[in-house]
Amino acid sequence: MSTTITVREPAGPATPTGGPAAPARKKKNRSSTTRKTFGDWMILLVAILIGLLIAVPFFLILINSFKSPADYNAAGPLTLPTDLYFDGMVNFWERVNFPEKLWNSFFISSVVAILAVAISLLNAFALGIGRVRGRTWIVLLILLANMLPQEVLLYPLYFMFKTVGLYDNQWAVIIIFVVIQSAFGTYLLASVLGTFPKEILEAASLDGASRWTILYRVVYPITKPTLSVLIIFFFIWTWNEFLIPLTFLVSNASQTVPVSIAVLQGDRLMDVTTTSASALLGLLPTLIFFLIFQRTLTRGITAGAVK
Amino acid sequence: MTTASVADAPGDALKTGNKPVRQSLIPGSNPKTFWIYLIPGLALLTLIIVVPLVWNIYLTFTDYRGIKPPEWVGLENWVKLAGDTTFWTSFGNSIAMIVAMVVVPTLLGLVLAAMLFDLIGKKFGGKIASFLRATYYLPQILPGVVAAIVIGWILRPQNGALNQVLENIGLGNLAHNWLGSPDTALPSIMVIMIWVQLGYPIVIFMAALQRVDPELYEAAELDGANWIQRFMAITVSIIRPEIFVVTLTCTIAALKVFGPIYTLTGGGPGTSTIVPAYYAYSEFFQSQQVGYGATIATALTIVIAAVSVVFLLAQTRLERKEEER
Repeated sequence: MSTTITVREPAGPATPTGGPAAPARKKKNRSSTTRKTFGDWMILLVAILIGLLIAVPFFLILINSFKSPADYNAAGPLTLPTDLYFDGMVNFWERVNFPEKLWNSFFISSVVAILAVAISLLNAFALGIGRVRGRTWIVLLILLANMLPQEVLLYPLYFMFKTVGLYDNQWAVIIIFVVIQSAFGTYLLASVLGTFPKEILEAASLDGASRWTILYRVVYPITKPTLSVLIIFFFIWTWNEFLIPLTFLVSNASQTVPVSIAVLQGDRLMDVTTTSASALLGLLPTLIFFLIFQRTLTRGITAGAVK
Repeated sequence: MTTASVADAPGDALKTGNKPVRQSLIPGSNPKTFWIYLIPGLALLTLIIVVPLVWNIYLTFTDYRGIKPPEWVGLENWVKLAGDTTFWTSFGNSIAMIVAMVVVPTLLGLVLAAMLFDLIGKKFGGKIASFLRATYYLPQILPGVVAAIVIGWILRPQNGALNQVLENIGLGNLAHNWLGSPDTALPSIMVIMIWVQLGYPIVIFMAALQRVDPELYEAAELDGANWIQRFMAITVSIIRPEIFVVTLTCTIAALKVFGPIYTLTGGGPGTSTIVPAYYAYSEFFQSQQVGYGATIATALTIVIAAVSVVFLLAQTRLERKEEER
């Protein structure tokens, strides 16, 4: 049974977003790379200037993270460091126990991403393929999780998790974000699965596959590209979350990267270049994800926008 | 639910024979039997979202300081809210956030996306265009608080980069405690939010522009339409669904903004940068006025829900008009 399905796989809805469209587009662009007027160059200049303006803060943070405070005071923020100074970076790294925070963020975000995708897939299987009655309303109800200001949930959840002894426990944050992230995932996946090729499902059920088998052996492999985009989204969104981790992870050892950095900002011991170093350490992980997953992400943003 | 799954294929087909067919995409299986897949998701949703939401609404009718059990006070919190100038200030600041996170980024994003896609992408090559797009998008990937810290660092009153630069170029008298004085705190936060937000509409609009048929442009060009006319008549009308998505999601985000306010100003100086989310938070955890904090949060929820409904209604109405044409 499974062989017939794997043969059909490539025909599924998996590919249309990325591959074949891109080269065609590029060719079109190249053919008209001809006449450039003065105005065109001016516009390019403006676009580059805006890009520089947006990038300047990153550049300032980068050069000043490796400066000693004395160097900063003497030469100002715009010069390159006279010699590389790592104390600010090291100070901050040790003060917050940065590897621990990295691990906390990584652990919470990965567990949330995986569980939220699983829940999204189950929900979307019932809504998109199962066509459960009243599905529009169910999707709307689920989307509520994404629209609500999190402050509304704060106190009741604080109380509930305190009662069951999960306050100041990373699993509290994980459970909350599984629900919040899977709301978006359900919304997106339900509409994707709503257009799932019927013939494939018919073939599978003629072969006697049960619904669980269809979910696991047919739907899951074919929607894998979308699921992987969702995983990356959920991971980064959870990584960047602030209010709920701030409220629920009060002890230093359980905090995430953004919380630990924000909490130290008012600290008098943070001199100007140490603060810069803390910002650099805070932005580096997401920057690395962005570089790794850039392609999948821009494709995913597009998919999300059209729905 | 379990009994339904037994009565599968043939009987079900007979029953639905004369009605408009309600069927799952898997032939011969009743939609009802799919409820089982919704159980974990809906159970978690109830526990984490629905129960707290209802609970929170209950708390708005109580005086609750977090220690003694909540005491029913009827509409007292709501009456207090209506006359609370801090609350209205916070919503006024929300409008400033909407300008900074929705109006400016969407308008600027439209122009920049069209510029990158139409002119730069076509005349200088797609590589330059996508490189610039990635640059514009960069602030979007940062955690909101880290983005705020980056700019907050530049705006530091003593030895901050901006003040230092101003001094270096002889404009030292313009140096300012940007986030610490009431006249510049809110504008500074707005600039930060524009910087953070701009990349989002650009990326989405550029993706949408790929749907625009180049022949439409060529036809319009032959008819003598200039770039601005083409932009308004063709581009904006074709990518309107994306404009809706962007404005709606950004408006919700603007109403919910919290992290940058928490890290940079704490709503101050005074209440000059306070927003509803931060106000609710401070009532919860600093003043321990849980009932009142819940009221602020619920009011914010109502506003967000109302905005979303109005948006979605407007969108369907526009779509319908379009179809009639």
